[in-house]
Amino acid sequence: MKIGLYPGCSLKGGSREYKESVVAMAKAFDIHLEEIPDWNCCGATAAHNLSHELSLSLPARNLALAEQAGMEVLVVPCAACYSRLTIVQHELNEDAALKKKVVDIIEMPYKGTVKILNVIQFLQQFILEQLPAKIVKPFDYKVACYYGCLLVRPHGILKFDRPEDPQTMDEAMKLLGADAIDWAFKVECCGAGMSVARTDVVGKLSGNIIKDAVDRGAEAIIVACPMCHSNLDMRRPDINKVIGTNFEIPVIYITQAIGLALGIDEEVLGLHRHFVPVELPEKEVKTQMEEK
Amino acid sequence: MARIGVFVCHCGSNISATVDCEKVAEVASQFPGVAYSISYKYMCSDPGQTLVKEAIKEHKLDGVVVAACSPRMHEPTFRRATAEAGLNPYLCEMANLREHCSWVHDKTEATTNKAIDIIRTLVEKVKRNTPLFPIRVPVTKTALVIGGGVAGIQAALDIANAGNKVIMIEKDPSIGGHMSQLSETFPTLDCSQCILTPRMVEVAQNPNITLYTYAELESLDGFIGNFKAKIRLKAKSLDEKLCTGCGLCCTKCPVKKIPSEFEEKLGFRTAIYVPFPQAVPNKPVIDKNNCTYYIKGKCRVCEKVCPTGAIRFDQQDEIIEVEVGAIVVATGFQILDTDFFPEYGYGKYKDVITGMQFERLASASGPTQGEIKRPSDGQVPKKIVFIKCAGSRDPAKGIEYCSKICCMYTAKHTMLYKHKVHDGDAYVFYMDIRTAGKNYEEFSRRAIAEDGAHYIRGRVSKVYEKNGKLIVSGVDTLLNAMPVEIEADMVVLATAGVAGKGAEELAQKLHISYDQYKFFSEAHPKLKPVETNTAGIFLAGACHAPKDIPESVAMASGTAGKVACLFSNDELTREPIIAEVHRTSPPLFSTCVGCFMCQPVCPYQAIEREQIKDRSGNVIKEVAFVNPGLCQGCGTCVALCRSKSIEIHGYTNNQMLAEVVALLNV
Repeated sequence: MKIGLYPGCSLKGGSREYKESVVAMAKAFDIHLEEIPDWNCCGATAAHNLSHELSLSLPARNLALAEQAGMEVLVVPCAACYSRLTIVQHELNEDAALKKKVVDIIEMPYKGTVKILNVIQFLQQFILEQLPAKIVKPFDYKVACYYGCLLVRPHGILKFDRPEDPQTMDEAMKLLGADAIDWAFKVECCGAGMSVARTDVVGKLSGNIIKDAVDRGAEAIIVACPMCHSNLDMRRPDINKVIGTNFEIPVIYITQAIGLALGIDEEVLGLHRHFVPVELPEKEVKTQMEEK
Repeated sequence: MARIGVFVCHCGSNISATVDCEKVAEVASQFPGVAYSISYKYMCSDPGQTLVKEAIKEHKLDGVVVAACSPRMHEPTFRRATAEAGLNPYLCEMANLREHCSWVHDKTEATTNKAIDIIRTLVEKVKRNTPLFPIRVPVTKTALVIGGGVAGIQAALDIANAGNKVIMIEKDPSIGGHMSQLSETFPTLDCSQCILTPRMVEVAQNPNITLYTYAELESLDGFIGNFKAKIRLKAKSLDEKLCTGCGLCCTKCPVKKIPSEFEEKLGFRTAIYVPFPQAVPNKPVIDKNNCTYYIKGKCRVCEKVCPTGAIRFDQQDEIIEVEVGAIVVATGFQILDTDFFPEYGYGKYKDVITGMQFERLASASGPTQGEIKRPSDGQVPKKIVFIKCAGSRDPAKGIEYCSKICCMYTAKHTMLYKHKVHDGDAYVFYMDIRTAGKNYEEFSRRAIAEDGAHYIRGRVSKVYEKNGKLIVSGVDTLLNAMPVEIEADMVVLATAGVAGKGAEELAQKLHISYDQYKFFSEAHPKLKPVETNTAGIFLAGACHAPKDIPESVAMASGTAGKVACLFSNDELTREPIIAEVHRTSPPLFSTCVGCFMCQPVCPYQAIEREQIKDRSGNVIKEVAFVNPGLCQGCGTCVALCRSKSIEIHGYTNNQMLAEVVALLNV
């Protein structure tokens, strides 16, 4: 089966470590992710505020390219790209007239049959089963799994996890040996695109998220979205300034956490690219002798 | 030569707006066998019916086609008119020009032509109609009431007081239903138990009512007036005749920590138990899933202490069969499983409770003797947040409909709380306040104006615990859509009311229809609100849709009235539209070959095997036989019969063929 990868802009720019860790993790399981040739922007927030047709056509072209390349499954790690691609596929499948219109715009055949997976679904379908056997260093930390807005919503279309109290990342992290804490800000807004124009808003919203995680004893925040990551990580000075704290808790992509547990080199996983240093306390590795 | 009359109705302008009725009548008069044809503005009106009756007599008609609306609407009307004119009513047929033609087409010539075609088919059918005579069946004047909540109780008492017998079955050990769990009732704040328990006692004492608790319907056969119901009497492990209800067994039972269903798991009960002190009957049952003897084979303490020796560990379920003429379904509702709302933290935080649990906390007979104490630590909550529409009006995740009772009971809860905890704060998150009903709006306004409940128009996004407080995070949409956070000591969810457990299964046993939410469907939303589509089966209370007490009681009395009407007849007449298997003289006897393909497809178990024997009793042939009492005339067996040996009276194969031929040979 040919598995495609749609990186989107973030994974080529500010969040390149996300792509690095996705690819490195997949490689450890002998999975080759092939990038869609000549992919374009998913339209992000801008397109669907400007033109409905544009917001449909941009993702549709990517899906058509994936079909052309013979990809049955398409992994879309960025939560925003995943949301756009999935919603477009849903809308076009529901409305034949709209589909025809979009096909005319993109001037490419489009069937709408590619199976779109976010990173958690990719883990569930291709990785988790074999994961425990490959762990060399359990990720033995208290973690707060942060899902953000677009990974689990709108539920009616994505049909993934529980929208208000999602569990899939928590389950995956437990497999790694982590203690996934029960906390209250799993799907709260991080401030998203306000990151550029109103860092004070992001400081407050993301600050609340980090505060609850820290208050409940988390040692790391686990994410699966480049936007969440940049707000919680890159905007940390603003957060600390706005809410008057000095939080140092690292924010790690779930694929990086898996990579660490698999023993993949930190630099290959791109950990050095984070603004908040990933300095996890060394845990004593208990040998079987000691446990006895 | 046949002498058919065709009567074309304009239905005001419902038909004549798109169909040229005069032309239709004129063309119809030329059909072979039509002796008379006329059109009229309102054929169903008194002058219209007189027109039909006069024509039958004057033109010596032997068949009538009324070209008007659907037979569901006015077939009985015109058949009655036909009978009054001295003709067998089953020689009258309806040609549906309204629903099948004028309403669904534009005004064109083709529409008029279609109307003509429809009439032509019915004329050909009527030529082959034979006189039919209604089937008379006796009525068993006993009603079966399923469910012993307030609706079932009201229906049973009303039916019994009209002089009829009633058999009531209740799945729980006591009757009383949800109402017995409530603290006070809106809009008067009178005590629920005080008004309900005397009615419960009346049920037990009424000589016309036979009460079976801990009993469920096993199966149902038969038809209106003549149902046969099998009832499973679940083993109570008790000889009820010997038991005096002294309660010694319950006090001595060593298993004491079973979460009580009656207390909504806020209190405990023993393994041998009476659900609540005012239970009817006030006699215990043994919960086999929790009894030490049934689990481990040892204990039998209750047996040792029982002064009358009434405990029966070896008792088995018993199945009894009863004959009843009517059935009242009053099985009630349940509250939505709160797993739907992980964001509200029910099940995770002890102090997030349902409205029903709040009723128990506020009830004088409840686990806290009516003091409002929160479940986690028994402290009196100083701030309670009530969340309305927890599941209701939520097409995305919950259910689409409004549960109807929550606005009122939440207003009541805030009052009860404020009357007991004077310095407490009650907050209510709501979408709308829907309090239509006599004295209802005044009641809910009183909660706000006099008792000072804080109503916040907006939804709650989540509830989480922090530093021992429940943080309720929501939005106030009247305050510029500002997010609000309330640090509460307790949260009460007004969870949606949904169809009772097993409603679907019961509906299938009874052959009654239910809606997409598994609430039982009424036969007509306006004109037959208590009847079901199955004759002789009626509805009462919240098994039909969420309802409050006054509405349930009113519906129950309405149903009881319907049952009493039914029982006022000694005989019922049924439509003679039923199937019959071909019979003829020897040596053929019947064209039926006895394959019995018809038997498994019959939805009403109406097809039996009949042996045709010679004089010495030797079986010559085994053929199908349709029980006329059970057959509903659906025609499935006719379609399945390979030798065309089954016919439906009024819809024979020849009649159907004639209709098709009439359509084709234009």
